[in-house]
Amino acid sequence: MIKRTWYRQTLSRIFSFALFIGALCAILPLFLVFGLVIKEGFSGLNLAFFTELPKPVGETGGGLLNGIAGSLFLIAMSGVIGITWGIGAAVGLSEYSPPRALDRLIRISVDLLASTPSIIFGLFVYVVMVLPMKRFSALSGGIALSFVVLPIVARTAEDFLKRVPGSIREAGLALGVPKSTVILKIVLPTARNGILTGIILALSRAVGETAPLLFTAFGNQFWSLSPDQPIAAMPIQIFNYAISPFDEWHKLAWTGALVLVSGVLVTSLFSRWLTAEKR
Amino acid sequence: MSDRQARWIFLGIATSVPLALLAILIFLGKASLPAFERFGFGFFTGTTWDQVNETFGALPVIYGTLVSSLLALLFSAPVSITAALFLTEIAPKKISQTVGFLIEMLAAIPSVVYGLWGIFVLVPFNRDVIEPWLLNHFGSLPVVGALFSGAPFGVGILAAGMILAIMIAPTITSIAREVFRSIPRLEKEAALALGATRFEMIRIAVIKSSKSGLVGAISLGLARALGETMAVTMLIGNRAQITASLFEPGQTMASVLANEYAEAMNPLHVSSLLAVGFTLFIVTLIMNFFTRLLVGKQKGQRP
Repeated sequence: MIKRTWYRQTLSRIFSFALFIGALCAILPLFLVFGLVIKEGFSGLNLAFFTELPKPVGETGGGLLNGIAGSLFLIAMSGVIGITWGIGAAVGLSEYSPPRALDRLIRISVDLLASTPSIIFGLFVYVVMVLPMKRFSALSGGIALSFVVLPIVARTAEDFLKRVPGSIREAGLALGVPKSTVILKIVLPTARNGILTGIILALSRAVGETAPLLFTAFGNQFWSLSPDQPIAAMPIQIFNYAISPFDEWHKLAWTGALVLVSGVLVTSLFSRWLTAEKR
Repeated sequence: MSDRQARWIFLGIATSVPLALLAILIFLGKASLPAFERFGFGFFTGTTWDQVNETFGALPVIYGTLVSSLLALLFSAPVSITAALFLTEIAPKKISQTVGFLIEMLAAIPSVVYGLWGIFVLVPFNRDVIEPWLLNHFGSLPVVGALFSGAPFGVGILAAGMILAIMIAPTITSIAREVFRSIPRLEKEAALALGATRFEMIRIAVIKSSKSGLVGAISLGLARALGETMAVTMLIGNRAQITASLFEPGQTMASVLANEYAEAMNPLHVSSLLAVGFTLFIVTLIMNFFTRLLVGKQKGQRP
């Protein structure tokens, strides 16, 4: 009997250890990828990277100024569209409770959009904007990215709006304040930190997206910030440089990856801190 | 803005979300009509994807998508599920939170960075170590050998499957964690109180009652793998062909889009690419819809 117990306990320990190894395997790639991105990207990190345009092949130096500016431009544009859309949808869902069937339909749609491959959004915008206008443009890229932003913002905003106590709304309404004012001036500010977290998460997802931009923003070797022209973006440049055969370009790709990954890391930590603060 | 107007505006914005989904369906569907009209059902069964001769059969890219994604599941599901078990059942809270955060970070790394890493690390490693090893040990076996034949280039379906495995691990882990967490504490404690060891408790109380949820977690991972674009495009070698060998280059539904968009001038080619995208969209919609039901049902079991 004792022997049997010993056997079962040992088996259990071995099993626990195997699970531990599994967890280790799951996070190992993070260190492998981060490690190499830092190692390869760090040496290229200098002022020129942020202030200069890419140089033609063969010339050393140069930076990703156009890509950085383009990415910021695209993020700003997709942010304006996606955030307004997402928060609007969240307010509609949580404050104006639509009929049950519609409510379910909207929720399912948000979920489905969140898990749709992002290249599909690029394809859609390509069909409705790029083909009719006969040109790739920054505007179409921003719109394609806003489909990535929308579901993330809508979900988190709705989640945090729900947590605002009903008594706060009632207090406002009891004073005779119109419902729309209660929402805009009381409910939304109360849920501010949570909504901000969602926005940060959404934008940090969107800034690394490449696939929706391929058929829309297209990328640009030169400096451009006009909404109706193709625009450069960091992820597209990383892609193009990575598959190119030139060492200098590979280096730029690594440094670009380092900047992109650090940006994502910092924003994730920041958004975590924002919500932790509140609880 | 009067209250009435505000109500209509916000409800209108919320309703626009399903409408947007519908619009994507309709416009992609309409744009892919010429390809479907030209090839009929043969679009899905045709084995040639040839721009020069204007023959577009999607079977090679569907095959590449399925094989690379299933390969990814094969690598990723066991590791992700054991990791989730470790995090919910064994690790102390602090470690569980930290490791959970690290896994979330894996999900936050952009696809193109995985691709970059894949080109410079995974591909050489594959070419010099993994593929020669597989070739030497399994290449001469009767049936299985076909999987591990040909020249080890590094790029190909195997490399794509490996990078996908890393990329879908956070999805499977986080859903599996939610599923395990939703199991009532009482059931676990009942098993332990009866003298079960931790391993027995996990087997009796945890795994048994989370089967449908785990199926959901795995199929969400699969849905993610099917549509993953950039990293796969950078590693799969981009040749639309059906081969048994995992070392050979392939092409997926997403990667053919990423590769050929720029050069697609011929309307039939454009329409065929859009038809591939449309098919991908429908497939992921259906998969996500049903797996959400599955996972939702499991989570709803909580008393």
